[in-house]
Amino acid sequence: MKEIALHIMDIVQNSITANATLIEISLEIESREDTVSVTVKDNGKGMSREMLMHVTSPFVTTRTTRKVGLGISLFKAGAENSGGSFTIDSEEGKGTELSAVYVLDNIDRPPIGDFAGTAHSLIVCNPAIDFVIRVVIDGREDALDTREVRKVLGQDVPLDLPDVSAWLKENLDEVFPSEYVMF
Amino acid sequence: MKSLQELEAIRNRMQGKVDIRKNDAEKRVVVGMATCGIAAGARPVLQAFVDEVATRGLSDVVVSQTGCIGVCRLEPIAEVFMPGQEKVTYVKMDAEKAKRVVAEHLVNGNIVTEYTIGYYEKNNA
Repeated sequence: MKEIALHIMDIVQNSITANATLIEISLEIESREDTVSVTVKDNGKGMSREMLMHVTSPFVTTRTTRKVGLGISLFKAGAENSGGSFTIDSEEGKGTELSAVYVLDNIDRPPIGDFAGTAHSLIVCNPAIDFVIRVVIDGREDALDTREVRKVLGQDVPLDLPDVSAWLKENLDEVFPSEYVMF
Repeated sequence: MKSLQELEAIRNRMQGKVDIRKNDAEKRVVVGMATCGIAAGARPVLQAFVDEVATRGLSDVVVSQTGCIGVCRLEPIAEVFMPGQEKVTYVKMDAEKAKRVVAEHLVNGNIVTEYTIGYYEKNNA
């Protein structure tokens, strides 16, 4: 994966497959600590202790069509290759939380990539799921919570309607400014 | 979060109009977004579909994502479902091809034959 945002897209698929109704994605850039941190937290079905112990192995997957699953192992390897770290925690019936910390100033850290576009596609293509998109850049925090958007729109106007989609994109571009795409 | 007023304006404009989407005559695009698809470049394809549908104001089109469609070597893959018609599978997609599929297939109802899996398999056997 060439961008951190692509890993996020991939990891969120797991949350969707786990029937999550709320997915929280957090991206923090802290230059003083020399870190880029990504956290994906969902309220999906979670996994057993046993599965959790083996899930970062590329030879573990829940899919039945083949025996390899690369998403989580690639995410972990990407963070660790930059000198960072990776953690995953999960509880059956409660949800899963993954966190990857990259060393900001490291040649092997992939660029953040199109985080706003990724978040936008995820929201618009999964209108039944709520997302909290939170970005912290050197202490300045901004967020978009689709539950708040839904409160304004009411029940009859879905999030994937063209006008709403355009509004979401505009706001996500403010939450994650485009100058950080190649950061 | 800014411009909640703008969002309220959208709600007021759209209320009562969105019932059209609730019937089954809905057009659907599904993009394969498993690890294989994403690594092959599926995200720009998904984004192109999402943006093009929003720009053209196509409220009868739903863009969604799915896991591995099963033919990873032909990713990025997009499937188009038109009401009353058989599914069309497009392979080796990119953002430009996605825009053309929106214009020709979703808007005008003409399948873009040279991007389909059938055409690809026949010419690359």
